[in-house]
Amino acid sequence: MKRPIKRTPALAAAAVGALLVLSACGGGDIEQSGSDSGAGGDDSQASECGDVNMAVNPWVGYQASAYVVGELAASEFGCTVEYRDLKEEVSWAGFSSGDVDVVIEDWGHPDLEKQYFAKSGDGSAEDFGPNGNQGVIGWYVPPWLAKEHPDITDWENLNQYAEDFATSESGGQGQFLGSDPSYVQFDEAIVKNLDLNFKVVSSSSEAASIAAFKKAEENKEWLIGYFYEPQWFMSEVPLVKVDLPPYDPGCQEPASAADCDYPVTELKKIVSTEWADSGSPAVEVVKNFEWTNEDQNAVAAMISSDGMAPEDAAMQWIEDNPDKVEGWMPS
Amino acid sequence: MSVTAVRGGSGVEGIGSLLRRPPGWLLGVAVLALWIAAWAGLRGNDTLALPGLGRTGLHDWFTGLKGDLIDSRESNVLMQVTGVLADLLASIGGWLQELVAQPAFPRPVPQVGWLGVIAVAAWLSHAIAGWRITLLVVASFLSFGLLGLWEDSLDTLIVTFFAVGIALAIGLPLAVWMATSKTVTTLLTPVLDVLQTVPAFIYLLPLTLFFGIGLPAAVAATFLYALAPVVRIAAHGIRSVAASTLEATDSLGQTGRQRLLQVQLPMAKKTIIVGINQTVMAALSMATIAAFVDGPGLGQPVLRALSAQQVGTAFVAGFCIVIMAVMLDRTTTAASVRAETVARAGGRDVRRHRIVLAVSGAAALVLVYLSRTYLWAAEFPDTDLGSSVAAAVQSGADWVTSTFDVVTSGVKNQVTALLLNPLQDLLANSPWWLAAVAIAAFALVLGGVRGCLTAGVCLAGIYLTDLWNDSMVTLTMVLVATLLVMVLAVVLGVWMARRPSVDTVLRPVLDAGQTMPPFVYLIPALLLFGPTRFTAIVAAVIYAAPVAIKLVADGIKGVSPTTVEAATAAGSTPWQVITRVQLPMARGGLVLAANQGLLFVLSMTVIGGLVGAGALGYDSVLGFSQGEFFGKGIAAGAAIVFLGIMLDRVTRRAAERTGAGVH
Repeated sequence: MKRPIKRTPALAAAAVGALLVLSACGGGDIEQSGSDSGAGGDDSQASECGDVNMAVNPWVGYQASAYVVGELAASEFGCTVEYRDLKEEVSWAGFSSGDVDVVIEDWGHPDLEKQYFAKSGDGSAEDFGPNGNQGVIGWYVPPWLAKEHPDITDWENLNQYAEDFATSESGGQGQFLGSDPSYVQFDEAIVKNLDLNFKVVSSSSEAASIAAFKKAEENKEWLIGYFYEPQWFMSEVPLVKVDLPPYDPGCQEPASAADCDYPVTELKKIVSTEWADSGSPAVEVVKNFEWTNEDQNAVAAMISSDGMAPEDAAMQWIEDNPDKVEGWMPS
Repeated sequence: MSVTAVRGGSGVEGIGSLLRRPPGWLLGVAVLALWIAAWAGLRGNDTLALPGLGRTGLHDWFTGLKGDLIDSRESNVLMQVTGVLADLLASIGGWLQELVAQPAFPRPVPQVGWLGVIAVAAWLSHAIAGWRITLLVVASFLSFGLLGLWEDSLDTLIVTFFAVGIALAIGLPLAVWMATSKTVTTLLTPVLDVLQTVPAFIYLLPLTLFFGIGLPAAVAATFLYALAPVVRIAAHGIRSVAASTLEATDSLGQTGRQRLLQVQLPMAKKTIIVGINQTVMAALSMATIAAFVDGPGLGQPVLRALSAQQVGTAFVAGFCIVIMAVMLDRTTTAASVRAETVARAGGRDVRRHRIVLAVSGAAALVLVYLSRTYLWAAEFPDTDLGSSVAAAVQSGADWVTSTFDVVTSGVKNQVTALLLNPLQDLLANSPWWLAAVAIAAFALVLGGVRGCLTAGVCLAGIYLTDLWNDSMVTLTMVLVATLLVMVLAVVLGVWMARRPSVDTVLRPVLDAGQTMPPFVYLIPALLLFGPTRFTAIVAAVIYAAPVAIKLVADGIKGVSPTTVEAATAAGSTPWQVITRVQLPMARGGLVLAANQGLLFVLSMTVIGGLVGAGALGYDSVLGFSQGEFFGKGIAAGAAIVFLGIMLDRVTRRAAERTGAGVH
């Protein structure tokens, strides 16, 4: 009675078997046609460079740096570049498990360095020097607000505007829009230590922060929050920085006593120790890679505002800036 | 998908016993009144609130465990074993990817090109589900290619099938075991509950320690999430084979093995396929989350578009996931129907069917050969369709968000001020012990002594996570969202049940709401409502309402037509028919909808944490993002599990007590 059902797996098995046989033979045409569509570089170089596992942390500026370095390594040395979309914490764990070779833009993670650098950790990662970008973290307001209330950019005037910043989430106080939890942040402590009548409400993600600032500028809404440069969104809506008491070393220690602005951070490259010793030409490229915030913003804007694929945006920038690229090549 | 509907006895209590007690709503009001009175005096004391970046000794202890785990990598046997497993998964997965999705070096294209893949998929779907489904399958695959996401779509399919395959290999034997042993059921049920309620964000990071990142981690995470539905539903199916049938066949002197293989499994076939269907859907819903650990597939374009605020691009990738979900859902459903009809109809068309399969199989193999040989059949031709759809959606979304944001801000402020804030004030600003007693009292009113006991245990668990206050804030959002879900469910469910045309139009929309990855609509939701608790509630409602609406609609359709006709004949207005006949008689469906609505809403907690909802969702995201808060994330995961089990058990008991047993 149930023959048809029993029959189907048998047929399926036969078909899969035949498929495997077919897979094993034939198909010569495509192999030939493929050799010239490859991304440049002959086979000897490909074997010399090997794989590069590039972590891609979830912000567009990072993507810009990662793809420029990655596409350069692929096109010049025939490296097989794997872009792996990961958050910071997971990327670092990848050094230790061998899944990640390069983090191209690190904003400073003392706890992770402790865990993975040779000095105190398992030695699976090492510092590869600054990438030239200057990370500026701070409190920002949309441009319309800075224009209409110029004095708002001084922290000492913030309390008098606290009411205007109130939202459904801030319970009567002014709302300060906090950041993605993965970012370096002391806002709760700063608000408390400077006696500001604000409540930190986390946006919880970069996407949410950008959406909020975009909307605030369009509708002339009151908004103050955590933001940073380099960031492509700055070219779309140039947020204005609020001056907090200037940073001096130690004013953020311990974190609960932070009462000052964020320091300018030299963004740096972190690589897997094993990969750094591999002799791949891409190691030199990563070591030499250094560019400015403007460079990064240019590529990031191509990706986010113009909707270009990151690979294409990177290649275009590489073609447009041969002299900069030349400086990153292995000597 | 949820702590599903299949456990629990049918505990039918007579309506009579219900009438003798004071009505439940009166007790509920009394509890509420007492609570508010006590709250007014004690408000703000002992709320156990912890600052957003605060953590406790317990949380640090959990974090320490992770550090120990990393340090023990070289010597830890379990990690060695999972490492080997991960390598195995990676190589099989890599082989599959080179077979159909990714370039197989030195070829610039996979071993089998698009034409071959479509041919084989068409043939298989024809064999198991019939020609109508074949059309759907072919159209679906073509749209993956036309939208420019062929590779990512195939990658997602690989991860899904890989994980589902393992889930079935492990889950079906487990289901049989569970169906035959009460002890196993008791032991496994909490494990399955945890697997289904703990947010993926919580275990993704620990999982990477065991399975690395990329395909192995994605398969492992998907497997964990997809295991429970098939075990539960299949066990339920096997258990429900009528006792009379078993007696009859037992009297023929069969062995236990014969009974299982020749009676129970075949008779439960249809239910088992429903379980497989649910497992496939669950697996697919992990596709985007797995992209957080570099899982291959459609999740990656979704997340990338999210960070660049490209709603249109995210939508196109999300739409492919919807198509895939509908395709897999209809195929497995059709396969189950067919399994039954074929079993009943017998061997009439067998011969013809076999010839058709053989001929079409040969044709499929020819197409596979072509797709290995010619580039046009291997590489899906480029089209602009994907980018033009993306552009259209983007401009549509831009128009909506810029036109309606004033209105939506108003709605948000009203709901927040009138519903959300007062409830949160009561739940989270009561002393913890007062809130605990009040919740337990509600559980007693709704779910009886057993419901109250479960609630007590779960509340104790929540207290022990050191995240009491955050849990109450999350509970508030869950309750408000579920309320909105139920309003939608009743309105649309009734409408759908009374008008088949509405049903036809709405169903695909509901399917899309349920399967579209939330990340796709987070950006428009943020632009409309800002990063707030309300945004999280909106996202949760979009995800949870479809299931509740369908359940209410099905419940009302299940009301005997003769009763409705009788009421109409007696001169009832449509409104009276709905409120006096259809809704009360569909009470079982309503309670089930509330149960599922609660759990679906709760499962969106972490997504809410990404759009500014704070509380447990934020704690989970924080734990995933910052090493030193890892333990707090784990604690948040535990608190979510306790909330889930509490809400599930109490509504389930409530259903049993109203005689509407949740099945």
